[in-house]
Amino acid sequence: MTTAQFHSPASLADAVALLSDLGARPLAGGTDLIVQMRAGRAAAPAIVDLKRIPGLSGVRRSAEGGFIIGAATPCTALKADAALAAAWPGVVEGANLIGSVQVRNRATLAGNLCNASPAADSVPALITAGARCKVVGPAGEREMAVADIPVGPGRTSLAPGEVVSEIVLPAQSASGADAYLRLTPRTEMDIAIVGAGAWIELAADGSCTAAQVALGAVAPTARLVEAAGAALVGTRLDEAALAALSAACQAAAEPIDDKRGSAAYRIAMAGVLARRAVLKAAERAAARKKA
Amino acid sequence: MSRLHVTTTVNGDAQEFLCDPGATLLDVLRGPLGLTGSKEGCGSGDCGACTVTLDGAMVCSCLVLAAEAEGRRITTIEGMAEGGELHPLQQQFLKFGALQCGFCTPGVLVAAKALLDHNPDPTESEARYWLAGNLCRCTGYDKIIRAVMAAAAELRQDQSSKERSPA
Repeated sequence: MTTAQFHSPASLADAVALLSDLGARPLAGGTDLIVQMRAGRAAAPAIVDLKRIPGLSGVRRSAEGGFIIGAATPCTALKADAALAAAWPGVVEGANLIGSVQVRNRATLAGNLCNASPAADSVPALITAGARCKVVGPAGEREMAVADIPVGPGRTSLAPGEVVSEIVLPAQSASGADAYLRLTPRTEMDIAIVGAGAWIELAADGSCTAAQVALGAVAPTARLVEAAGAALVGTRLDEAALAALSAACQAAAEPIDDKRGSAAYRIAMAGVLARRAVLKAAERAAARKKA
Repeated sequence: MSRLHVTTTVNGDAQEFLCDPGATLLDVLRGPLGLTGSKEGCGSGDCGACTVTLDGAMVCSCLVLAAEAEGRRITTIEGMAEGGELHPLQQQFLKFGALQCGFCTPGVLVAAKALLDHNPDPTESEARYWLAGNLCRCTGYDKIIRAVMAAAAELRQDQSSKERSPA
């Protein structure tokens, strides 16, 4: 693999300056970038390692009671953060389905997001959580919804030289919880043919007060299915509501047909997986309410 | 393209090397450092044959740039035996015949040791999931898992006998 330069800046400002060189690529876990460079699919005249920048590795609490996850934080560190894993189990489980332990010790949420695979396992739950991210670049700093970063397979809305520096999760509601499930032909080390993230909030009487559902691997990007969440609000997640949720997810799925799964199978499974993810999130929300 | 000077620790010993900016840690381990135990299977993080630990976390050394090793601690399969004495995992792999061609074995052993360092009493299912990133194309996984479970039991016993009779 060839690259002309390797930099490991000690500040975000230095990283942004280095990334303004044409074609320079940020390196977090490297589990996509290095593979793509070796395969000749990505050229990078310069690599800018983000892992030595203070504040970019690790999870901290936000002033609003949420979590700020540095762009260079590996997926396994999310699992090790007990408060994060309790508040946003779906986000943490999505991130910890990626690759192997070896890969998750390096791979990051920000990298999974910016690699912009339609099947990225961490993205649906970030979308249902309403996660936002901080983007820094030559023109300064801006904040964006995670959902607005990927725009197609391998493509993002980031401008040249911009990099995601943090992912920001809001505070979890006292009666809310999330879940992420994926379907793969193999048990491990495989790419989702459908992924479903769900966030559910329950009232004291068990009725659903708010819901978000997002699908992965069935469209060019992970997508929020607003009609699926809307089908649940005001119900007690009864059979009719769940059937409406499944139908909304199937209607929103526009998958490819490939060796991993046919389009018809992916559409059918989008409904099944979304239902299971919703029930799992609801079970967690009910448990949080009791706790 | 200028070569980079990197200072690091490999299996407890200070090491320094020169590398190209795009060289992987695996390239440097197997090349200038002469540590050929770590293997290159796929070069894309799928097979685990190049598994090493980096600051205690197991990683695929084919997906780490050598320059990233600056100031870090690396352990490889060469650091597993103590002098001439094989680690209990290595002994159990021999006893169970948990290898055939041996290409995956260094990576499996490094990953299995990382498992037992982190969880001395894994269930069989936990061991299988932990080792999912280490592919073996010869033996199937049954003997590997049996050897790992036997080594785990042996290490727990050694630990409890040490606790009973402190030196």
